[in-house]
Amino acid sequence: MAADQIELKDYLRETNLIHSRLIALVVLLGILALILIARVWYLQIYNNERFELLSKDNRVRLVPVPPVRGQIFDRNGKVLAENIPIFTLEILPQDVEDMNELLDGLSKIIEVSPSDISKFKSQVRSHRKFETQVLKINLSEQELARFSVNRHRFRGAKVQARLQRSYPYAGEMAHVLGYVGRINQRDKEGIDLKAYKGTDYIGRRGIEARYEDHLLGQVGVEQVEANAHGQIIRTLDRKPPVSGDDIYLNIDVELQIKAREYLGDRRGSVIAIEPESGEVLAFVSNPVYDPNKFVNGIDHRSYNALREDVNRPLVNRTISGRYAPGSTIKGLVSMAGLEHGWNPNTNITCPGFFRLKGNSHRYRCWKRSGHGVTSMLESIMFSCDVYYYQLSNTIGIDKISAFLKDFGLGSKTGIDLKGEPSGLVPSREWKRQQRGVSWYPGDTLNTGIGQGDVLVTPLQLGVMTATLANRGKRVEPRIVGRLEHSLNGDTEEDVSYLKGAEVGQVNASDQNFQTIIEAMTAVVKHPRGTAHRAAGLNAEYTMAGKTGTAQVVGIAQGAEYDASILNDFQKDHALFVSFAPVEKPKIAVAVIVENGGSGSGAAAPVARKVTDFYLLGKDANAPVEDEALNQTTAVVGLGDD
Amino acid sequence: MFRIKVDMPLLFGLMLLSVSSLFILWSAGAENPRLIINQAIRMGVAVTGMIIIAQIRPATLFRWTPLFYAAGLLMLVLVLLVGDVGKGAQRWLDLGVIRFQPSEAMKLAVPMMVAWVVTRKSLPPNMKNLFWAGSALILPSLFILVQPDLGTALLIIMSGALIIFLAGFAWRHIAILSVLALAFIPIAYYFILETYQQRRIQTLIDPWSDPLGSGYQIIQSMIAIGSGGAQGKGWGQGSQSQGDFIPDRHTDFIFSVFSEEMGFIGVLLLITVYVALVARGLYIAYYTKDTFSRLLAGSLSMTFFFYVFVNIGMVAGMLPVVGVPLPLISYGGTSMVTLMAGFGILMGIHNHRSLMSR
Repeated sequence: MAADQIELKDYLRETNLIHSRLIALVVLLGILALILIARVWYLQIYNNERFELLSKDNRVRLVPVPPVRGQIFDRNGKVLAENIPIFTLEILPQDVEDMNELLDGLSKIIEVSPSDISKFKSQVRSHRKFETQVLKINLSEQELARFSVNRHRFRGAKVQARLQRSYPYAGEMAHVLGYVGRINQRDKEGIDLKAYKGTDYIGRRGIEARYEDHLLGQVGVEQVEANAHGQIIRTLDRKPPVSGDDIYLNIDVELQIKAREYLGDRRGSVIAIEPESGEVLAFVSNPVYDPNKFVNGIDHRSYNALREDVNRPLVNRTISGRYAPGSTIKGLVSMAGLEHGWNPNTNITCPGFFRLKGNSHRYRCWKRSGHGVTSMLESIMFSCDVYYYQLSNTIGIDKISAFLKDFGLGSKTGIDLKGEPSGLVPSREWKRQQRGVSWYPGDTLNTGIGQGDVLVTPLQLGVMTATLANRGKRVEPRIVGRLEHSLNGDTEEDVSYLKGAEVGQVNASDQNFQTIIEAMTAVVKHPRGTAHRAAGLNAEYTMAGKTGTAQVVGIAQGAEYDASILNDFQKDHALFVSFAPVEKPKIAVAVIVENGGSGSGAAAPVARKVTDFYLLGKDANAPVEDEALNQTTAVVGLGDD
Repeated sequence: MFRIKVDMPLLFGLMLLSVSSLFILWSAGAENPRLIINQAIRMGVAVTGMIIIAQIRPATLFRWTPLFYAAGLLMLVLVLLVGDVGKGAQRWLDLGVIRFQPSEAMKLAVPMMVAWVVTRKSLPPNMKNLFWAGSALILPSLFILVQPDLGTALLIIMSGALIIFLAGFAWRHIAILSVLALAFIPIAYYFILETYQQRRIQTLIDPWSDPLGSGYQIIQSMIAIGSGGAQGKGWGQGSQSQGDFIPDRHTDFIFSVFSEEMGFIGVLLLITVYVALVARGLYIAYYTKDTFSRLLAGSLSMTFFFYVFVNIGMVAGMLPVVGVPLPLISYGGTSMVTLMAGFGILMGIHNHRSLMSR
C-alpha cells in the first residue's frame, strides 16, 4: 500500500511537472510564431515598397550564354557541319500592347506566312508572357533593313543574331551526320535542362546525335545589370561558355560524293573502310534527303513526301538495311570448309542443280546448264552454287554459322552510330527458338550460298571484307577520327583520337586465307572471273572481290528468273565486295545496288570506280572529251522517259 | 475487430499542407507535371506510413526503442565508413533497393531513446540519469556533425534537449547552460565551423556585402518575400520566383515563392496551420496518461515547429542558410516520410492515451 502511495504521488508530481513544462512550450511556440510573423511583416509590409522596387528593376540577372556547337569536318578538314549567323525576329509578349496590330504591322514589312503566325501564337499561349518567342527565323537583309528603320513602331519586337546549324554538303552527308533539330518537349524529358540553358538545338540522328555530349559544349553564365525594361545595361560578371568539340571524321567527303555519283540514281549503299584501322572512308546510302530542312523543323507536307517516297530516302540503308549476302560469302564458306577438313583439291561436277539424298527437290545453280567439273578456285571464280550445296551439306551448319559469325556477320559492328541492327546468321538454336521447328538440311544449303535466312547490313559486309583483307583481324569501324577540344578559343588544343577496338581474330590458317584471297583475286583478274569485265579491265593494282546476287522474290520450282517481267522492286539486289591492293590492302569496299540485277553488272563497276578514285585519284566520270558527249546524251535519254 | 484510427484534426492540417505544397510546387517547379506526380506519390507513401504507425501502442514503441536506436546508430557508423556522397556530404546509405539517409531515422530515434532513458527513473532526472540521457543525445549528433550535416545535428540535439526540458531539467541549470552556450559561440565560430559555414554567417549579418556571391541567394529570396506585399502577386505570377532568380526555389527556398505569390495573408494562413498542428500535438501530450508518451509527444510537436522556424528564418534572412526544408511543403521525399512518421507516433499516442497502465 505504501509503495503504491509513493508511486501515485510520484506520478502526480510528474504530471504536474510535465504539464507546467508543456505550458512553457506553448508560450515558446507563441513567441517563435510571432517572431516569424514579425519578420515577414517587416519584409512584406513595412519594407514592401523598397523590395517591390528592387524586384521591378531587379537589376541583377543571371543570363545563360549558350556555347557554340562543335563543327564537323571530313578527314581533310573540309567543313561538313557549321554554324552560320542568322537574324531572327523575336517578340516579348509582356511588352506588346496590341498583339494583332503588331503582327499586322510587321507582316507589311516582313514576309510572315500564316503558319508562322499561328505557330507563334500557340507558342505565346503556352508560355509565360515574359518569355521571348520567335516569330520568324532567318530574315533577309532587306527585311532587316526595313525593320531597323521602323523599329520604333514595333514595341516588344526585336531582331536577334543567332547561330544556326548548316550542312554545306546537304544530302551527301545526311546519312552520316544526321541533323540537329529544335529541342521539343519530348527531348526535355531526357536531358539535363541546366546543360541546355539558352541552347535551342539538339542532335537528332547520325553523328550529331551520337556525339551530342561532345558537340554541345558547356553553358556559360553572365551576371548582368538590367533596367526596368529588361534591357541590359552592363555585364557584371561572366563565366564564358566552352564551345563544343570539333569533330573530324575519317570520311573523305570527295570520295563520298563520287561514290554516290557512281551509284547513280539507283537505291543502294556503298561503304569503304581502311582495313587496318577500321576507318570508314565513305558511307553512302542512296537516295538522300536534305538535312538542312530539318534544322528548324520541316513542314508536314515535305516530311510526308519524304516518308511516303517509295525510294525511302530517310532510311539509312548502310547501317540498317538488311539484305541476303548472296554469293559474297562464298569465300568464307570455302574457308570454313578448308578449316574443317574439306580437301582443297576436291572437284565437284555441277550439272546445274543439286539434290539431297532421298529428296526430289532440285537446288538449282544460277547457271542452268551447269559448270561441269568445278575446282574450289573455279567455284569462287564462277560462283558455282552446286559446289557450295555439296560443301555445306558435308561440313554442316554449325561450323559454317560459327565461321561467318567470326567475321562479324550477325552481330553489331560497334560503329559509332546509333541504331545498328545485328543482322542474322541462322543456326539450329536460332531456328528452334524463333520458328519452333528444327533445322533441315535444305536450310544449310541455302545458308551456304548466302540465301535463306541470312541477313547482313552493307556495313557488316564492309567489315567482313576488311576482316578478310586483314587476314582475320576484325576491327570496329569508326566514322569519327578525332575530337578537338578548344578552350574558349585559346590556341591550347586538346585532341583526342578515337580508334576502333580490335574485336576479334578469325581462327583460320594463313595458308587458307591465302588460298581464298587468291581465288577472289581471280574473280576480278581472270578473264573468265565473274567480275573481270565489270571491275578487272586495265587495273593498275591488284584487287580481290566477290560478286553476289540476293533474291528479293522466291522463284517457284522449275520456273525461270526473267528480269524483264518483274517489276523494278522485285528484281534481285546486286552485291559486290572487294579490297585492294591485295598485297597491302588500303581500302575494302562493299556495294549493294537494290534491284540492280546481277552483282557483276550493277555493283562491281561501282566498287572499281571507288577504288580507282581512292587509290589513284582517277575519276571515272571525269569529263574526257568525247565521253562527256556520250554522257550528256545518256542523261537526255533518261530524262525522256 | 481491428479498426484503423487516426486523429482527424492532425490529418486535416496535414492534408491542408500537402495540397498547398502541390499548388506551390506547380508554380515553383516551372509547371513540370513530373515534380507534382513525384511529390504526390511520396505523400501517398508517407501518409500510408503514418497511418500504419498510428496503430502502434506507445508501450510497443517503448519496448522497441533501444533496438531502433541501436540500429540507427549502427547505420550512422556505416554511412561514415561506406556511405554515398551526395552534394559533398556523406549522408546516404545504399541498401541496393533504396537509398537511405540514417540521420533521418535518428530524428525519431534520438528523442525516443532520451525519453526511454529518463523515464526509467522518476522525474526530474538525477545527475546520473542526465548523464546517460545526454550521452544518448550527443553520440549520434557527433556522427551526423562529421558527415557534415550541421543543420540536422542541431535539430536532433534540439529534439533530445526538449525531452530533457520536459522531464523537468531545472531552470537554473538551463540558465547556466545558456550562458555557457553564449560564451561558446565565438569559440565555435573560429575553431569549429568550416570556412563555408563561417561565410554563411557573415552573409547573414550583411548580405549586401557580396550581392553577387554568397549574398545572392538570400538577397533574391528577401526581395521575393518583400515584393509580395499584403496580397501577393498571384499564383504563378511571381516575377522573382518565375524569373529564375532564386536558386533551390522548389526545395529549401520554396517559402520565398510562396510568400511572393501569396503575400502576407498567405503567410499568416500558412503559419497558422503550422501553429495549429503543433498546438494539437502539445494538446495530445498534455492529455495522454503515461510519461514516456508525454515527453515524446511534446518533443516531436515542438521539434516540428523548429523546422518551420529554421527554414522560414533562413529564407527570410534571419538565420544562416542550413539545408533544412520547409516541412511538408518543400519538394523532397526523405524528410516528408520522417515527419509523417512523427505525426503517426503522435496519433498512436492519442489513440491509446488511456490504455497504457502504469
